[in-house]
Formats: sequence, C-alpha cells, structure tokens
Amino acid sequence: MENGKKSPSSRRREPITDTQLLLTITVCIFIAMYVGAMFIWGGGFKKPQMLFDMLNDNAFLIIISCGLTIVMITGSIDISVGGVTALVAMVSVMILNGNLGLFNGMIGALGLPEESRIFFALLMSLFIGLAFGAVQGFLIAYLQIQPFIITLAGMFFARGMITIISVDPQKAPQELMDILQTRINISWLGSVNKKGVLIPARMEIGVIIALIIVILVFFLLRKRQLGRSFYAVGGNPQSALMLGINVRRTRFYAHLLSGLFSGIAGFVFMMHTGAGNATNATAAEMNAIASSIIGGTLLSGGVGNVAGTFFGVLTLSTIKSVVTTSGLRDPWWQSISTGAMLCLFILLQSLVLMHRRKGGNGK
Amino acid sequence: MQEDIVLTMRGICKYFPGVTALNRVDFTLRRGEIHALMGENGAGKSTLIKVLTGVYPMDAGEIRVDGIENPIVIHSPQEAAGFGISTVYQEITLCPNLTVAENMFIGRSPKKSVNWKSMEKRAGEILENLGIPARPKQQLGRCSIAVQQMVAIARAVDTDCKVLILDEPTSSLDDREVEMLFGLMRELKARGVGIIFVTHFLEQVYAVSDRITVLRNGELVGEYEVEKLPQVALVEKMIGKDLEDLSSIQKSEVQAASETGDLYEAKGLSSSEAEAFDFHIAKGEVNGFTGLLGSGRSESVRAIFGADPVTGGAIRVNGKAVKITKPLDAMKNGIGYLPEDRKRDGIIADLSVRDNIILALQVIKGMRHPLSRAQAEAFADEYIKALSIKTASPDTPIRSLSGGNQQKVILARWLLTHPQYLILDEPTRGIDVGTKTEIQKLVLKLSEEGMGITFISSEIEEMLRTCSRLIVMRDRHIAGELTGEELSQEQVMRTIAGGGE
Amino acid sequence: MKRSGASRFFYNNSQLLIPLIAILLLTVFNLIRDPGFFSVGIAANNNGDPVLQGNLISILNGASELVILSMGMTLVTAAAGGQDISVGALAAIGGSVFVKVLKGGSINGLLVLAAFLACCAAAMVFGALNGSLVSFFGIQPMIATLILFTCGRSIAYWINGGATPTVASPILNAIGSFIPGIPVPTPILIVIAAGILFALLFRFTALGLYIQTVGINQGAARLNGISAKGIKLLSFILLGACCAVAGVIGVSRLGLINHETLLINIEMDAILAVAIGGNNLGGGRFKMIGSVLGAYAIQALTITLYAMKVPSTDVKAYKAVVIIILVIMGSPVVKDAAGRLWKRLFGTRRTGTAGKEAA
Repeated sequence: MENGKKSPSSRRREPITDTQLLLTITVCIFIAMYVGAMFIWGGGFKKPQMLFDMLNDNAFLIIISCGLTIVMITGSIDISVGGVTALVAMVSVMILNGNLGLFNGMIGALGLPEESRIFFALLMSLFIGLAFGAVQGFLIAYLQIQPFIITLAGMFFARGMITIISVDPQKAPQELMDILQTRINISWLGSVNKKGVLIPARMEIGVIIALIIVILVFFLLRKRQLGRSFYAVGGNPQSALMLGINVRRTRFYAHLLSGLFSGIAGFVFMMHTGAGNATNATAAEMNAIASSIIGGTLLSGGVGNVAGTFFGVLTLSTIKSVVTTSGLRDPWWQSISTGAMLCLFILLQSLVLMHRRKGGNGK
Repeated sequence: MQEDIVLTMRGICKYFPGVTALNRVDFTLRRGEIHALMGENGAGKSTLIKVLTGVYPMDAGEIRVDGIENPIVIHSPQEAAGFGISTVYQEITLCPNLTVAENMFIGRSPKKSVNWKSMEKRAGEILENLGIPARPKQQLGRCSIAVQQMVAIARAVDTDCKVLILDEPTSSLDDREVEMLFGLMRELKARGVGIIFVTHFLEQVYAVSDRITVLRNGELVGEYEVEKLPQVALVEKMIGKDLEDLSSIQKSEVQAASETGDLYEAKGLSSSEAEAFDFHIAKGEVNGFTGLLGSGRSESVRAIFGADPVTGGAIRVNGKAVKITKPLDAMKNGIGYLPEDRKRDGIIADLSVRDNIILALQVIKGMRHPLSRAQAEAFADEYIKALSIKTASPDTPIRSLSGGNQQKVILARWLLTHPQYLILDEPTRGIDVGTKTEIQKLVLKLSEEGMGITFISSEIEEMLRTCSRLIVMRDRHIAGELTGEELSQEQVMRTIAGGGE
Repeated sequence: MKRSGASRFFYNNSQLLIPLIAILLLTVFNLIRDPGFFSVGIAANNNGDPVLQGNLISILNGASELVILSMGMTLVTAAAGGQDISVGALAAIGGSVFVKVLKGGSINGLLVLAAFLACCAAAMVFGALNGSLVSFFGIQPMIATLILFTCGRSIAYWINGGATPTVASPILNAIGSFIPGIPVPTPILIVIAAGILFALLFRFTALGLYIQTVGINQGAARLNGISAKGIKLLSFILLGACCAVAGVIGVSRLGLINHETLLINIEMDAILAVAIGGNNLGGGRFKMIGSVLGAYAIQALTITLYAMKVPSTDVKAYKAVVIIILVIMGSPVVKDAAGRLWKRLFGTRRTGTAGKEAA
C-alpha cells in the first residue's frame, strides 16, 4: 500500500486558489495583448487616452458585469441586466428632458431648479434597478424558479417597457448634459498633438462611479460575511446550508445587487450618451457574461473575482480595438475574433481546472 | 463514575413504514472515550446517528446530555450543535472553493465583516494545536480528503463540543491518512471529548476505540470493552444468525469447476479502483465475493464489468480472449451487473418501470433497432409477473416504487438480456425479508439453468446459503478462497478477521 | 392503486397542462374579444392562387421556425441539461450558406437542393462544435454556445462577403409562402414534415430512451452501456439540422439573407417554448409535443397582442408578464403551498369539528 499519492509539500508559498489562478491568466493575457498592440501598431495604443476611451465607453458595462459576477459566483445567472440598463437610461433621459409628466409636476410644484431633475433621475434609476432585482431575486430564491427564465422575462419586460414609455428616441437637454458630462482632465497623462498643443487625458464621471463600484464589490466579496456567503453558496449550496448560511437570503441579495447595479449602469450609460433609445445597450448582458467568464468567473458558481471581471471588460474592448487597428476593417472581424478569444478562454479555463481537479479530490 | 457520562440514550425506537429501524436501543457515551458503533448494513447505526442529530424525530425513548437537567429533544443538526453534539459526515459538508480557515469559521460569526488576519491566526492555532497538516490560507478543495475531514472535525470541536460523531470518516482514506486521523481522535479524547466512531473497518476499531456498541437489525446486541471482545467474536455479534424463514432454501448441487471449462476467466485484472486479482467462474456456478464493506469486493466486480476504467488484465469468455474495458463490452459478452448503489447507479429514477426493464436489452440491440411498444410492453408485463414486481402500472416512474421492487426491476433488466454471467452486488440490501428470499431462490434457479452468478452480500449467512465458492477479501486483496467443507460461518469470519488473531 | 385509463392519460401528460391552458385562455380571450378571430377564409394571393388566410393561419405559419427550433432545443435540453443560445446565429449561418450556394448559379430545383444540403452541413458542423465543447470538455451548454452566440452572425455576414444579397426564384417563393395550387402555407407543411421525421426517428430508433437516460442519470447510463458523450453530441448535431431548416424558411420568406435580423432573439423564445412545454430545463424526461405546444402558445400570444394593436416593440413586455405568471404557476414551491391550502380548505371539512377546534 505504499502508493506515493501524497507528497507533503513543505513549500512556504501557498498554492494559489482557483479564483486567483484564473484572475492571473486574465491579467497576463490582457497585459500581453495591450503591450503587444503598443509595440506592433503603436499609434493610438501608446496614448493613455486609448485606455481612458475604453473606460469611458465601457463604464456601464463594468458596472453591470460587477453585478453579474456576484450572481454568477452564487451559481445563478441574470440576463435582464442589459434590458434594465436600457430602460433606466430611457427613463432618466425622459426625466431630464421633461417628457415624463409626473416629475414635471413635482418639480414645478416644489419650485425646484431644473438641475434637481438629475437628482430625480438618479433616484428613479436606483429605484427601478432595485425593483427588478428584488422581484427577480424573490422569484428565484424563494419560489425556486429557474433564474434563466425569470431574468429572460425580466429582459423582455424591460425592453418592452422602453417602447411603451416612448417609441421615439429621446435626447437629454444640452445644459443638463453639460453638467453630467463633466470630464476630469488628467494633464500629466495627456499627449501632444501635431500642432504641439497638449491634450489632456479625459475621464468621465461614470468611470469614477464604475471604479468605486469595482472597489466596493471587491471588498464586499473579500471582507464581508455576505460576500463570502456568495462563494459558499456557489461552491456547494448543501454544504453552505450545513455551515449555517441562509442560502435563500444570500441568493436574494445577489440578485438584488445585480438589479441595483443595472440601475446605476443605466444612469451611467445615460451620462455617457445623453440619449434614450430602444436599442441602447443591446446584447450588454452577453457582453457582461463574456467579460465575467474571461475574468475567470465560472458559470457553475463558487469561483470568480471582480478584479478579473474589470480586466475582462478591458480585454474584450482591447480585442475590438486591436482588430480595427490591425487593418481587419471588415465589420465581422470584431465579433469573430471576440468569439475566438472567448473560445480560447473557455477552453483554457476548462483544461486548467480539469488538470487541477485530477490531482484534487476526484469528482 | 456517573459524572463521566456525557450522553445517554435510553429505549430509543424509530419506525419507518413497515420497518422497525430501531427497537429500544440504549447507548451511553463517557467523557474522553472513543466509542465504536458497529453493525452491518441495516443494523440501525445511521438511524441512531440521525436520531441523535435531529435529522429524524424519534418515536420513543429519551436522550440526556451532561449538564442539562431534563431529557432533551433535538429537531435539527443546528440544534444538536447547540447541545454540544457535532457530526462530521462521510461526505465532506464543507465548501471546496473556500479556504481552510473560512470553512472553519463561516456561518458562525455574528459579525458582518470578515477579519482575515485574526481568522487565519485563530485557524492556524487550532490546526497546529490539533496537529492537522493544513494551512489556513489553503483552498480546501486542494487538500486531501483526509485533511478535509480533519478540517471538518476542527470546525466541529471548536464550538463547545462534548459529543463528536464521526460517521464513516475513514472510508475513502489510505492507511497513512487513517493514522493521521487517529492521532487527531486521540488528541481530542485526551481533551475530554466523547467520540462516537461509526465504521466498518475492524482493525480500525481495535486500533483506536475504548468501547464497542454493536447493533443488529435495529436492536442492541450489547456494549463491550474492546479488550474483552476478540475480533472473531465481534464479527459474530455483528452478523448473527438470523436464518428463521430463509432455511428452506437448498444450495444448488452444481459444483464449481466442471469439465466444461470456465465461463469467464480473468488474470491480473485491475482497474482504477481495484488492485490486480485473478478470478474465474464456471457455467452454472454461484460464487461470491465477501469481506466487510470497503474491503474491495465491490471494486473487484466492477472491474469485471468494466464499470471503472480497466487498467490491465487478460480476460477470456468461454475460452476466447476478449477485451472488456467498458460496460458495453461486458454486456455484449453476455455479462450483466446489478450495481451496489441502486439509487445512484441502478435506477433511472424518472423513467417508467417498463423503460427501466428494457433499457439494457435495448442498448445491446443498439439504438437503431428499437423494441416496439408492443414488445416492450410484453417484456415488461412478463417480468413484472415473473418477479411479482408491485407497481401500479408499467408506466409508473420507478422512483415511486419501494426499494425491493426497484431492485427487482433492475434484476429484470438484466434477466431480459439473458446473460450467461450475472454479477449481483448487494442485491438484497435494504429490502424486506420476503423479497430477499425470492431473490435468493431466483439466483439458485438461474444457476441450475446454467447461468454463472457472482453474488455479493454483507450477510454471510446469505452467501453461505447460495454460493459454492467464496472469495474472501480483506484490505483490497483476496485473503482466501473457501470451497466445500471450508464453507462455514466460522471459517469465513476467521478469514475476514485476518487468520483468527 | 389501479388507475383508470383516462386518469392515467392525464397523469402521463400532466406536463402539457400549462401550454394547453395557455392556448385555451388565449383562444377564449380572443373569441370573446372578436368572435370571428379564428375564422379562416380563402383569398387570392399575388399570383392569383387561392390561399388560406386568417389569424389562425398566421399563428401556425408564423410559429414555424420557432416550432422547429424548439424541437431541437428539447433534445439538447433533455440530454445535456442546458440550453443552446446560439440557435439564431446558427440559423443565420445556415441561411447565409444557402444564399451563397444559390448565388453560385442559375436557380433550379437541383441547385436549391444542393444549397439546402450545404446549409444543413454547415449548421450541423457548428452544432457539433457546440456539442464537443459540452460533451468532451464538460463546459456548460450556455457558456459553450455563448461563443457562437457572440460571433455566429458575423460569420454569417462574412460568408456573403459583407453583403445582404437577395435571391428571387419561384422555388424560394414556394418554400417561404405557398406552393402553387396548395392553399396551405409551405412553412406549416415543413413543420408537419419535421414533426413526422422526428416521430419516425423516435419510432425507428431508441434515441428517445437514450437521451432521457443520459439526462436523468449519466452514471447509470454508462453502466448500461450508453455513451453519454456521444448522445449529447448527437443532440447538438440534430439541433444544428433544425437550425438549418429554420434558416432556410426564414431566408425563403424574405428572399434575402440579413444576418442581423434573421430569426433575431429566437433562442430566447425557443428556450421559453421548451420550459412552457413543461420540460425540465435541467434535463431528463421530455415531451417534444409540449415544446411544440409551447411554441404555438408563444406565437398565439404574439398574434393576439398584434391584433389588439399593441406595437410590435411593446409585445415583449406583455409576453414577459404572461411568462412570469406561467412559471410562478409551475413553481414547485407554489404548487406545494397551493396543495397545502387546498388541503386546509377542503381537507379539514371532512375531519369535521376536530380539525376546526385544533385550528
């Protein structure tokens, strides 16, 4: 019976966890890709503004991906996020431009300044997001309905509501947009243009919000009992129950947070575009799922990290930039290469985990 | 001496529909002792544990715990933990994706934030204190099963634990890991924790326990001090001699190794789960693998059927060399296999009785040659009648049948393929006496018709009644082969217990 | 307990209750709103042939692609315990290949056949790709098919070199709308043909039993000699074939391939049809007829909403409400609670005063 099954490793360093391993892979690939692009194509990639543009364009995606990461860690799914984002964007634009009667009356009656519309828009965004999250979370956690179906219905409902509220695209008034689109100039990361004028790097407020949410979620997942419960429930719901975790409540909170973040993302999306449109944030849910997967979150639950998700979003958008820069200008290359990249990541993850499981506890 | 007692169970009864699982069972646990709870399948060990941890409510009896005046009533495992009764189950009930430290503390703290530093420090102290070779920051899933088991124990004893129940903790551990676990158990014992140790490994009981309580058929056989109960006596007490209504069965006259040669022969057969062994069976022979649970008997027959990846060995069927590496190969060579775990490996729970019966025959015929509805119905009706399977209709999902009837359906599934060699792994486990007798009679009838049958049961009496040759396994190796005169209960037990130490 | 024939029938088909109730409610609702809603008339089409017309026909006709896809989706769901979200993209790829081949020559019957075969081959190859990821790499179906969901439509675009070519031919007309002389829309006939093909497949092979066995208990399937991986792969390939047929119908209806809009969002509806049909999205037992009824219920709902002058873009919201009501009705928790309530309302009455006093 002297099988050498166990090798007592007295190494000092801790072998990294699945979550950390997948995160490392993502970060390495992102950096390799970005640096590679810098050297090969130079130009845009060498300017920090390229990175900021990516952040500006994808702030809302980062936010919904954070919510989705949480949901996926608990082993569930939420595909309503894109629809909710679009609905919230539409509603908040209409609050701003006064096409939503209810708020006009309120603001008129209270004699509030026009700027207060921004506050109401934000409030309404949070409310819609929380409402979606709460209803979906309740149905999934307490009535045990398949999350895919419920959030699919949520997506249909949100997308349908947009056109019920307004068939026509809406635009926010310029004076309010000027406030919302305040940019933060970072001059030391700027670049000098052909005429020798320094153009500072610009970052939108939405990016700040997104970064704050990434950091908050990071600490939630790392430092709070609730965050750890997400992992426990996703890892093994039965065990989590035995360990004294309220599994249903944990699932409910995951969906509630995802809804809340979709609401915030909708507001951020509106800040970026200033427009409400039925086709806003199309396929955002799939982009968010893809970002989370690239970032090392497993749909099967229990493994994932919000930092990875952040890099997942950047990786996706870098792929797109690389494809356009590299001369593959035909419109199909972007998503074909995204798909190929996704395939690569999924295969890599599956192989890495398969290999690790073999040494571990079998099935 | 009275103060030393931490747990008393008196007159515990538990009835399930049609079955008395526990009949007036007493159990006493003292401070700082390791108390083995022994018995074969269906003896009532796990029912007793489940009553104690509040998984099942008891129907009669009382439970007292040291320090509490009145008898206690336990409704849930959480409540049991509140009384100082913690359980570590055979299957790990921890989260493999979290770290060791987290698994020890999650769900226990009333605080909303996690202080990793202090948690890991605390965990490190506990682990070191108990001599558990795990590091707090390690991902639990990356530890060996033994260490995971120990982490679960560490979690259990870190709460104010008076009674620790270890339910089959060693069944998936190797020798060294078992030794590690024993070290931990002795450490806890020294601290005054009372440990209930449920296992089926005799050597382990003798290596670590102070007392043994033996259950059989839901009744208490007795409580013994370990020094006063030799191994053979223990086996005898566990297995007993309950032959009442089964004595009518006469063993088949067919003797092993007829001149016709072997029906099936394997040399050096091994699989991912079973060590290499030789085996053969003749036409019309009934032989059996015996040994306690975990001795490798099931793994060996699984290797014959190709149920686990086969890693080596030369196989002949009817004298012709064949390759059997997966179940389909075995089926095509006329081998059938009734698996040990009926629920997990046998039944297709949501399918009808009819579909469950025709499944194996259908697979042998191949996907492109489906049985017609009429044929399937005829086969199902035939076997429902022949084996008197009690079902509302052939359309009823198999999951709504009783255990015995489910087993008959699986048996029907294989009989329908008209195998020349049938392997039955614990076909009589967890089913009523009437069905047991039916199945045994059927085995003998089939062998008279020329079928070779390998039979596994944890009830030695049953094996002696049906088999003409017994292969005794111990520690995953063949410990001996008994035929003819040697086929006596005493001889079998001596071989199981290890040459009568 | 012996069951009578009728009650056994209902027991075995209880999963069809939800789609049937949905269809029944829609029917009653429409008949109250407009007694002539389902009247079928005959009118002359552009070519002067007499054809059937009416809401009933447009429901049956419009649901064709969805019905065919939900048939394939049922198999994948049952075998793999997950869903394929790339069916719309696969149909677009199939449709593109179809058009690409048709563009290669003057359109005649033989070329259309060749185009159809090429279309099937392409969709089945991509289906096999999905299937291999699921069975050999153990990736969840939704994740595995997310890849083609992301890039499938772009592949379709690329096949035709970035154009959205139109093809016009009486043969395509015959596929997409009517065969001259036959008043029933051809897509309905194709659905019937597909239904018959699947019926034959289940009749002349044991595929149904294999798929259910794999979906219910993969380990036991192996011990009974069934290759679980092979069955999963096969179910994805069959779904690929369904996508090809749906793609061809979609292309023939319009006479052009638009990779962006062809059967857009249909994957969601197909999954929904499977779920409304009472099939467990976690795999195992299935009834294809349930998914078919589910698909028709979805289409009936859509047409009803259109008839009520709901704009096509708003339909989704109403659909969502109906879906949520249906799945809440089907939730095990709700069923249990309803059962307990039923018992308390009607069970205590029988026990008489004792029950009342206890309460």
